[in-house]
Order: sequence, then structure tokens, then C-alpha cells
Amino acid sequence: MTPELNPEPSRATASDSVLRQPASWHRRYLFSTDHHVIGIQYLLLALVAVAIGTTLSLLMRLHLVWPDAVLPLHGPILPEDYLSLVTFHGTLMVFFVLTTAPQSGFGNLILPRQIGARHMAFPRLNAASFWISAVALATLLAATFAPSGGSISGWTAYPPLSAIASSGPGQALGMDLWLASIALFSVASTLSAINTIVTVLDCRCKGMSWERLPLTVWGWFTAALLSLIAFSVLLAALLLLFCDRHAGTSFFVPAGDLTNGVLHPAGNGSPLLWLHLFWFFGHPEVYIAILPGMGLTSMLLANFSRRRVYGYRVMILTTLLIGFLGILVWGHHMFVAGLNPFASTAFSISTMAIALPSTAKVLNWLALVWRSRPSYKTPLLFTLGFVSLFLTGGLTGPILAQPILDQYLHNTFFVIAHFHLIMAMAGVFGLFAATYYWFPILSGTRIRPGRLLSEPLGRLHFWGTLIGAYATFLPMHLTGLAGEPRHYAQLTAIPGQAGHLLAQTLPLQRHITYAAVFLALAQLPFFLNLLRSLRHGAIAPPNPWDATTLEWHPALQREPSAQASPSEETIVVYRAPCAYDSAPDQARFLPQWVSGTKAE
Amino acid sequence: MPATIHPIDSERRARHVDDLDHGDHGNGRRPPTDKRTGGGGDNDNWSDRPRGARGPGEKLKRYRLGVFFALAGDLMFFVAIVSAFFVSQASGRFDAYNNFVNQWLPTTIPPVLWLNTALLILSSVTAEIARRKMFHTFDAMEEWFGLGRPTSRRAMPWLAATVALGVAFLAGQWLAWYQLSLQHVFFRSNPSSHFFFLITGVHGVHLILGVAALITALAGLHYAKQVEDRQILVDCSVWYWHSMGLFWIFLFLLLAFFQ
Repeated sequence: MTPELNPEPSRATASDSVLRQPASWHRRYLFSTDHHVIGIQYLLLALVAVAIGTTLSLLMRLHLVWPDAVLPLHGPILPEDYLSLVTFHGTLMVFFVLTTAPQSGFGNLILPRQIGARHMAFPRLNAASFWISAVALATLLAATFAPSGGSISGWTAYPPLSAIASSGPGQALGMDLWLASIALFSVASTLSAINTIVTVLDCRCKGMSWERLPLTVWGWFTAALLSLIAFSVLLAALLLLFCDRHAGTSFFVPAGDLTNGVLHPAGNGSPLLWLHLFWFFGHPEVYIAILPGMGLTSMLLANFSRRRVYGYRVMILTTLLIGFLGILVWGHHMFVAGLNPFASTAFSISTMAIALPSTAKVLNWLALVWRSRPSYKTPLLFTLGFVSLFLTGGLTGPILAQPILDQYLHNTFFVIAHFHLIMAMAGVFGLFAATYYWFPILSGTRIRPGRLLSEPLGRLHFWGTLIGAYATFLPMHLTGLAGEPRHYAQLTAIPGQAGHLLAQTLPLQRHITYAAVFLALAQLPFFLNLLRSLRHGAIAPPNPWDATTLEWHPALQREPSAQASPSEETIVVYRAPCAYDSAPDQARFLPQWVSGTKAE
Repeated sequence: MPATIHPIDSERRARHVDDLDHGDHGNGRRPPTDKRTGGGGDNDNWSDRPRGARGPGEKLKRYRLGVFFALAGDLMFFVAIVSAFFVSQASGRFDAYNNFVNQWLPTTIPPVLWLNTALLILSSVTAEIARRKMFHTFDAMEEWFGLGRPTSRRAMPWLAATVALGVAFLAGQWLAWYQLSLQHVFFRSNPSSHFFFLITGVHGVHLILGVAALITALAGLHYAKQVEDRQILVDCSVWYWHSMGLFWIFLFLLLAFFQ
């Protein structure tokens, strides 16, 4: 039979239209509408942000221990420089790393695959979201070049510091650029959330019922719902703040406010209003950062322990419940801000209620791996690290949820320790687990096969990071309990009893700084691993982790080894994920896309 | 001889082109009106098809969902502003003599707002007529067959009327601002006027975007090649327009009666 007598001409044209690639490289890589490319773009954006954010945190640590040190090319770190470091570290990490990488990066890269779709619902909107985020990052970084420096009011931008341009260096143009950057980011996140929600609602393949959705997808979906609600409110708050700064209103500036020698006589403004609006965004934001990691943890633990997730419906429910309760707890950030004591009690109760679904999740994870004798591959190690850090950081949650304890602890390093363990470190461990697990998908292109990251380097990276994370953040509980305040540029040379107390924490401070440097250096094996494995890593088999979820479906791979015209094959799902046979022969499992009951 | 004619399976599979914008949208395969069955007989159901081949309603449904979730986010945006309104209204301070001072002086709304509201409600009516013209079964079938563009032709005047009413509303809002400025009530005057100008201003920006969407839909009636795309343009713009009308009614009641 000659090729001309192809019996299915429509097949060829169909696959042509799917595989058709735009000719120019900038359409293919820069302004691509392909979810795979956009996901990688988001991850690269987050990588830039995390590199800068980490450097800034190291500068903060160095300044706390050696306040007189002179920075090359900059000079000594002044108090306003320190506050600027705090602001940019927080803004970069919260917005451009912990929101961007799990939700937008891996959300784009993996989510469509896991529901058996080949596109997001609105590909062009997706590209627009990414580029708005990129412009937002550029705007934020541009703020550091403002004449009087970057803004100093923290990532939370509390007024009146943030509302009055003369309130400090960097609060004029620097603050305006900060506002513009975060407003752009809010718009991008809202658009991205709409895209994610509609994709999950409308683009699931045949057979992919709600209960068959992987828990990762539930995590992304819940986080997208939260993004939609939270970032809209943040945008409104930013608008009010902008009006306060430039239109002469006083939404947030109270009457009789004396800032830097300037009296503001009129206005009903209330700084507390900003706190309400901001934390109505800010707390769901925490869950936007961590929910995808929680979903990933469930799926990865099930995968490596070759067990079904116990109580799959309960796990879906706890994901949604954590998201829902996350909207109701914003007041626990405001216990010391002059909140009505009755409101504090209500927020305290709702905050402790969140411990219930969170505990259910942790117990579920522990039960999943308990005596399962898993193979300790790097993704599993990082997932277990996630559980460990989530537990350690989570245990201080109910302590801080008590208004009376929070009175003492709120402005100390105890809170820094709490949220760096539960949000920052757990979030980053989730990202590392995702990177090691999905690297074959990340690295596979149409002309190159997907590769695995090196295991020895991965183990080195894991142990270095785990030890570094605990060594850095656990002692902060102690310095916090000893009274070390946060947002203070300098802890030495303080007169009186306070200075005496703080001087006692100085040895621990030095230890924290060394540990932070160690933690940063522990990332070198990771970068080495990324660079090396991208070209020279072991070529990954089609389903390297014997997973059951659809991202490993042969028809969704973009590798040269996949079938000639794979993209056209209809994807159908036959069962819930995690159908691993409990028999000792661990090679037997049933992926979601395989029909019948015959194990592979 | 079988009573029903079954479509040849291979032919049906060939139609399953899982591509976002190359599915069935009435470009010679499926009429854009039937939303329920796949039309292949034998319990053929479009919901069972792969994505991109679920019939003409699929793309419309996707865009509608997108617009509805965007509007849900937008609703939260307005909810945030309205809650700030109530907080500001209730808050005050104690002066040096321990008197509670609340500087909120209610802004009397210019009466032209009543007329504006009526115009906006009317514009929603015309918009809805335009939207329904796009989905008139008989006309949509004719358009799909290639017999002229009856839906577009009939929707065009109603859509144009909506744009005119929308622009009239915006002009009326500007007039209200102008009247207030003559009374020396400005954005910065008072906590109450902050919110009056903020709410009308933010809503006005949303309506400018809405007018832009309606004009895009009008242009789309002329330039969009497929009847389904024309339906989507009109449908989504009109749903956005309705929501802005509904938001305005609540915001107007707030400004008129709850200051």
C-alpha cells in the first residue's frame, strides 16, 4: 500500500492542525499560547524572583548580625534599606514565588494534562496573564531604582506609612511602583484563576468525573476559587490606597494623623479598614500558596507507597473546607491592631477550626505512608519534608490563634518562624517535590526525550535543604519567645533591659545567619542538577513513577518516542486515580486511562 | 433493514478533532441551534464527545463560564468597596473634649441619577432583545445554511440602541458629577463624597469597558466569519452589560437611600 492511498485522510489533516507550529521562534516560545510553554515561563519567572528574594533575605540576616558591615557597591545598610529589604523579600516571595510557581507554573504545566485536556480554556488569556505578571515583576524591580529607593512599608503596606508619600524614604515613587506592580499582579492572577476554573469545569475529558479528579487538581481548583475572591478584594484595596495617595481622599488616613511633621486634620479614615481589606486577601493568599502542595502531597504519597488515598471524598472535602475556612480567618492577623475583643474571639475560633481539616490531612498522609515500605526517591523525600514542615509550622498555629498569646508573640520572630515553616518552607518543598516528580514532563520537548533529575544530587539537595530549613527557622521560635522583635533594622546597641535581653539572643542570631547561608548554599546541588539533567540526565521511561494520573498518558507526551500522531487520540478515563494493586508485586497498577481490569 | 440509520463509526471518529477552535461550530456540519443531542441517533450525546467536538454550544458555554467567573470576581471588587463604605460611615474619632466626631456628611445625589438609572434599565432591555435575536432558532438556521445573516441583521439595531443608551448613561453620570462640582462637592470633600465619586467612577469605568465590548460585538456582527462567534460576542457582552446594570441598581440604592 502506498502512502498516497492513506485510508484516513481526515486523520492526517486533524493531526496537522493540532501539531501545527508557528514558524517564528517568538510565537513558539515567547508569546506562545501553549499551556506547556506558559507553565515553564511562569516557573522561570518564579526562579528569577526566588533568586533575588533569597539574596535579599541573606542581606537581612547579615545586617542583623553585623549591622556595621559595609555592602560593596552600596555602602552600609541603613534602617530604611533594611525595611526595603523586608518589603521586597516579602513581596517577591509571596506574590512572585509562592503564588506564581505552584498555582500558575505547575498549574499550567500539569493541570490540563491531569484532566485529559490539551489546552487551557482560554489560551490567549493565559498568555496575557503571564505577560502581565512579567510586567508586574519588572515594575516591582524598577521600584528599587526610584530616586529615594524602594518602598519600606512591607509586603502588607500598612497605612498611614503606605498612604503618605512623605512618611519615609521610598514611599513616594517607590511606593507608587509597588502599588502598580501589585495591581498588575492582581489582574493577572484573577485572569489566571478564571482560566483555571473554566478549564476544570469545562475541559475535563470523557469519564473524568469530579470524584476522579486527582487531588492536585482539587488543590489548584480551590486555590483558583480563592484567587478569584481574594485578588479582586486586594485590587479594590489598592485602588482606595491609590486614591488616598493621589486624589486627596482619606480612606485609610485618620484625622489628626501626624506623619513626619505633617498634620492631616480632616478625614474619617481608618488604618484598620486597610488591615481588614488586605488580610481578607492575605489569608486566602496563604492557602493559594499551600493548597496545590497539599494536593500534590496526597497524590505523591499514594504513588510512592502504592496505596489508594484513604477517604478520597474526605480529602476532597477537607481541601474545600480549608479553602472555605481560609476566607473566614483574616482577623487573626489583627489581634494586636485594636480589633474588637469579641471579633478576636470569633476569629480565634474560626482559626482553630481550620486545624480540624488540616489535621485530617496530616493524619491521612501519615496513614498513607505508615509501614508502606516506599522507595525513597527524591520526590517522596521532599513530600515527606513537606509533611514534616507543615506539621512543625502548623503546631504553632493554634498557639498564635489565641489572642492572649498573640499579644506577646505577634511582633516577634516567633511569627516569622511560624509562617516561614508552614508557608514558605512547606510551599518550597512542595515545589521541589513537583520539580523532581514532573521533571520528565518539564524537560521533554518534541525533539528531545524527557529526562530524570539525578537521584544522588537530589538526596544531597534534600538533606541539605531540610537541615538548613530547620536550623534556620526553629531557633527563631526561641529568639521570638525571648522577645526579638520583627521589622527592627538593628538589635544591637539598644540601651536598657531590652538591649540586655536581645544581647542574650545574639549567639542564636549568628547561628541563624550561618544556617541561612547554609540553606542558600544547599540549593547549589539543585541548580547543578537542573542544568546537568536537562541534557545529560537519565532518559525517563514513559511513566517513570508508575503513576496512575493522566499527565503520563502516552497521547499527552510531547516526546519523540511517543506515537507518530499522538495528539489526536481520544482520551477517556475509566477509574479514580491511585488504583495501585496492594499485592507485593509493585509493578501492577491501573492508570486512569486503561480500560478493563487487567493490571499493567 | 434496520429502522434507524446508524452513522458509520469511523466517520464519526474522524469528526473528533480535539482542537480548540476547529471543532463543530456550525461551519457546515452541525447547526448552531440544537443544544441537546449529538444528532447521530442511537443515544448519541454531545456530552460524551471529546472536547472540541461537543457541538455548537461548547464554545459558547466556555466563554459564558469565563464571563460569569470574571463577574463573580468583579462582584467581590464591588463588595469590598461597599463594605468599606459602611465601615467609613460608621467610624469616627474622639476629639480633645471627648466628643465622638463623625465627619460623614451624606452627599445628596443629583436627581439626574434617577433618569440615568432608567436609561440603564432600558439599555438592558434592548441588549436582551439583541441577545435573543442572535439565538432565534429559525434565523440562526438560515444563517448557518448561508442564507444571509438574519440574526446579525436583526440584532444590529438593538445592539446599536444599547450602545447609544449606554453612552447616554455615561453622559448623565458626567452631568451628575458636574452638578455636584457646581455645589463644590468634590472627590476629596468628605468621606461620603469620596465614596460617591469612587463608586460612580469605578462603575463608570466598568460601563466604558462594557460599551467597548458592545462596540466590539457590533463590529463582530460585521466581521466575524462564523455565526457561532457572532453569537458568543453578543451573548458575552450582553451578560456583562446586564450585570453592570444589576450592580448599578444596588449601588444606586446604596447611594440614594443608605447614606
